[in-house]
Amino acid sequence: MKALAHQLSFEQRIFWRSREAAVFIFIFPLLLYTLLATVYSGEIDDRPSADVLLAGLFGYGAANTAFGGLAIILVGRREYGILKRLRATPLTPRTYLAAVLLSILLVFALQSVALLVLGSLGFGASAPANALGFAGSVVLGAACFAGLGVGAASLIRSAEGVSAVVNVVLLPMAFLSGSFGSTPEDYPAFLEAIADVLPLTYFLQIVNGVYLDGDSLFAHPRALAVVAAWGLAGLVVAWRRFTWVPRER
Amino acid sequence: MPTAIAVRDLRKSYDGIEALRGISFDVQEGEVFGLLGPNGAGKTTTVEILEGYRRRDSGDVAVLGHDPSDAPRDLRERMGVVLQHSENLSLLTVHEVLRMFGGYYESPRDVDEVVALVGLADKRDARVRTLSGGQKRRLDLGTALVGDPDLVFLDEPTTGFDPAARRSAWEMIRSLRALGKTVLLTTHYLDEAQQLADRVAVIRAGQIIALGTPADLIGETRRAEIRFRRDGELVTIETDEPTRVLAGLTAEALSAGRELEQLEIRRPSLEDVYLELVEEPEDA
Ligand SMILES: Nc1ncnc2c1ncn2[C@@H]1O[C@H](COP(=O)(O)OP(=O)(O)O)[C@@H](O)[C@H]1O
Ligand SMILES: [Mg+2]
Repeated sequence: MKALAHQLSFEQRIFWRSREAAVFIFIFPLLLYTLLATVYSGEIDDRPSADVLLAGLFGYGAANTAFGGLAIILVGRREYGILKRLRATPLTPRTYLAAVLLSILLVFALQSVALLVLGSLGFGASAPANALGFAGSVVLGAACFAGLGVGAASLIRSAEGVSAVVNVVLLPMAFLSGSFGSTPEDYPAFLEAIADVLPLTYFLQIVNGVYLDGDSLFAHPRALAVVAAWGLAGLVVAWRRFTWVPRER
Repeated sequence: MPTAIAVRDLRKSYDGIEALRGISFDVQEGEVFGLLGPNGAGKTTTVEILEGYRRRDSGDVAVLGHDPSDAPRDLRERMGVVLQHSENLSLLTVHEVLRMFGGYYESPRDVDEVVALVGLADKRDARVRTLSGGQKRRLDLGTALVGDPDLVFLDEPTTGFDPAARRSAWEMIRSLRALGKTVLLTTHYLDEAQQLADRVAVIRAGQIIALGTPADLIGETRRAEIRFRRDGELVTIETDEPTRVLAGLTAEALSAGRELEQLEIRRPSLEDVYLELVEEPEDA
């Protein structure tokens, strides 16, 4: 416990000290929300666009923070030999990974609060209809996308390329799954087919449920199953492929 | 003295290519042991097997009484590591990096003491990313020492240093011996091994080809070189029997009434021995 708190405090220090992380991971979804909510002021699918976009950007934030942020952190640290060096200390891999994951969860939780405050004060967005369910979706989203993030970190072997790879995956996924205010039902069939398998599509169903409709976190079992399956798939990849040492030069 | 590291017939291949072909050596507690050899000799492979990073194919290895491939916590608690290539978290300060590492150990050393020990007192609150290469390397040494280890692995700790930085790093490594630490040091600089190591193993192409104190290694070749000038021409004679050869030469010169001009008898330096060892054809 003490070891976990020790590492978590350094993870937080490193995160907030990094301008890239603070801007691209923490600020970017808030910025996008501000832009989109300003542009789309009316309604989307018969709901206030400020609400729909808030749910959408919350989903995008989960993917951006937990998937993108984690992949970037882990690949960088591995390729620069930092993970390798840590392995020779008494710090256990379990404690280390737990601290890194908790740190990302904390960042995403803060981001979610910031998004709610921004939405409510700036654009009159509603408070979550099911506050507890919404809090649960913070953890669910962070867990699913962190699983995918660790999986991606196991496959991406270039510290220079990781940011680009992550965004090539993230932005189209967010767009297709409706994070930015469009809805997959209006897409051409093949895009809809892609949207139909993306984890963010299903995560957004759950978020829309808890945030807009006051559903329970478990009201959409199929969506929950898909989200969990993606997270687990990421973990399986990590289990088989994750290494602590840099690629041989 | 008890043994800190015991290595017996250690072998390791990469994709069928033998990097270690059965090496054996012991490192005693409190000793600075040098693994000296050219690039590709197998130094890093050896050290990283001892640190628990790589698996050996065969042979016996004991580090502080443990098999490092089990990655036992007691071993990680008691060893400090400087890798050949690694970086530190560039956004933390020197003091923070050492505090972070110190937090992993049961009884760490005082962080400011370590900062001073590795000569970074004036960089205590500087971010890692602003340090020079040599300063980063000294921070690496600091992270290896902050847990107050009994055993320290240094894989080419001064490669790329300028002469002044190398000398100050040598001072630091000497101070480890004074603290009673056991040190396993790899280097491809002969003078570094000679300056720092109590004993040296010369490794080439995965085999130890000589082992002993620097003085032993020189003593191992009894060869001497006799040089003089005859009619202005330099004559060089290498011999294992300098006394007999020299007696013949002087007798000849005396009877001819000549001087052996610029007569010189030279014992090989460790450098000569080292170059001879590593340059010998492999199957000789
Ligand atoms: N991970 C690896 N995969 C394949 N070959 C390797 C690997 N590590 C080292 N080698 C090879 O093994 C030999 C010994 O390398 P190394 O132990 O790094 O030597 P040194 O540290 O003395 O320079 C070299 O021929 C090197 O190319
Ligand atoms: Mg090496």
